[in-house]
Amino acid sequence: MHKQTPSQTVGPFYSIGMIRSAQNDLTNERTLGQRIIVRGRVLDGEGDAVTDAVVEVWQADSRGIYNHPDDPRHEQADPNFRGYGRVGTTMEQPEFTFKTIKPGSVAVEGEPRQAPHLNVHVFARGMLVHATTRIYFSDESDNQTDPVLGALESERRATLIAAHVESPDLPTYRFDIHLQGEQETVFFDP
Amino acid sequence: MTTPKTVTSLDWESHPPYLHEAYRSTVLRAPRRRLVPLPQSLSELTGPVFGYDDLQPLDDDLTQNAVKNAAPLGERIIVVGRVLDDSERPVPNALVEVWQANAAGRYAHHVDQHPAPLDPNFTGAGRCLTNANGEYRFVSIRPGAYPWRNHDNAWRPAHIHFSIFGTNFLSRLVTQMYFPGDPLLPLDPIFNGVPDERARNRLIASYAHDITQPEWALGFRFDIVLAGSQITPFESHA
Repeated sequence: MHKQTPSQTVGPFYSIGMIRSAQNDLTNERTLGQRIIVRGRVLDGEGDAVTDAVVEVWQADSRGIYNHPDDPRHEQADPNFRGYGRVGTTMEQPEFTFKTIKPGSVAVEGEPRQAPHLNVHVFARGMLVHATTRIYFSDESDNQTDPVLGALESERRATLIAAHVESPDLPTYRFDIHLQGEQETVFFDP
Repeated sequence: MTTPKTVTSLDWESHPPYLHEAYRSTVLRAPRRRLVPLPQSLSELTGPVFGYDDLQPLDDDLTQNAVKNAAPLGERIIVVGRVLDDSERPVPNALVEVWQANAAGRYAHHVDQHPAPLDPNFTGAGRCLTNANGEYRFVSIRPGAYPWRNHDNAWRPAHIHFSIFGTNFLSRLVTQMYFPGDPLLPLDPIFNGVPDERARNRLIASYAHDITQPEWALGFRFDIVLAGSQITPFESHA
């Protein structure tokens, strides 16, 4: 076995290499599924917005298929949906916003059925390693039986559930990522 | 849940901890609670797929991709390496993105206030895909060291930032490549945030005379090893 290369922080200037153009609209006009907005902030241990973080998401399409060759159904994946997006937070724009589609539940043979979710990495100046979390949706009945949510205490489970908020625009979900503190988001060791 | 792991996870003997107080910005940004084990599912074992459609011509040549009227100033370098998984298999079609300061130690970024000159012919951004052998290659300018405000008279050693997408979301890595013999390395709390000396030293490129081109540029080699390789049944019972 080779030993892994250690992680280092993205630092404050990651946008030069990682965010050269907007990648927070995961859809095009032919993508299948319900368009949604997911927005929120990354908050530090004092509750201040982190204004040099990167949030990246990886998700299944509207039928729960990942656009990747290891998904057994990938040949049926929506060709108009890669399923990846990323966005930086800044002083001018401390909230992250994604326009995407609501993913389907992920159900494959040999695995427990998973409720619709986005897989999330958070990078920032001051983070030597990225953090891994998930965004679930408050209005999904499959949350009741999701194996990842089910393994958490209810108080901590709530940190992974984006709240549906009223919006004149598309259905909108709010998800703040608390790096520390009373409401620290559940971070995973996958 | 006891779902067996099917790919390797982040190896915490190689990676830095979230909290490393000498790097002051970690204090309010490090998750403090214990990480929750995550059974590996299709969500972790898949990841975004990139291709040549994602690249522009000259993306891998930072000495040319921002030229307005002349070549950028500084010492030209060639950086090559292989992206491997921790089972020693090459990772083809990995998207490798780099960014760096210019030769004077200044980033082409509005937040960078270091009073060193910007180079109008250099933005310090590059990207490429690894080939079938997991190899990548960039042409660039050797970046300068620059000051930061972490502690008194703090200077970052010269480095190039790397972002790599491997075969799945779990293998994602963002890191920094350093240069051999840099006297600032022992003083840098980010580099030294990696507690294991051998692991730390894997962040230092080696001078590669076989890559150096006569009359033109010095060569450096920096191999990158990612998490997320398949665990064979034998290994998982070991």
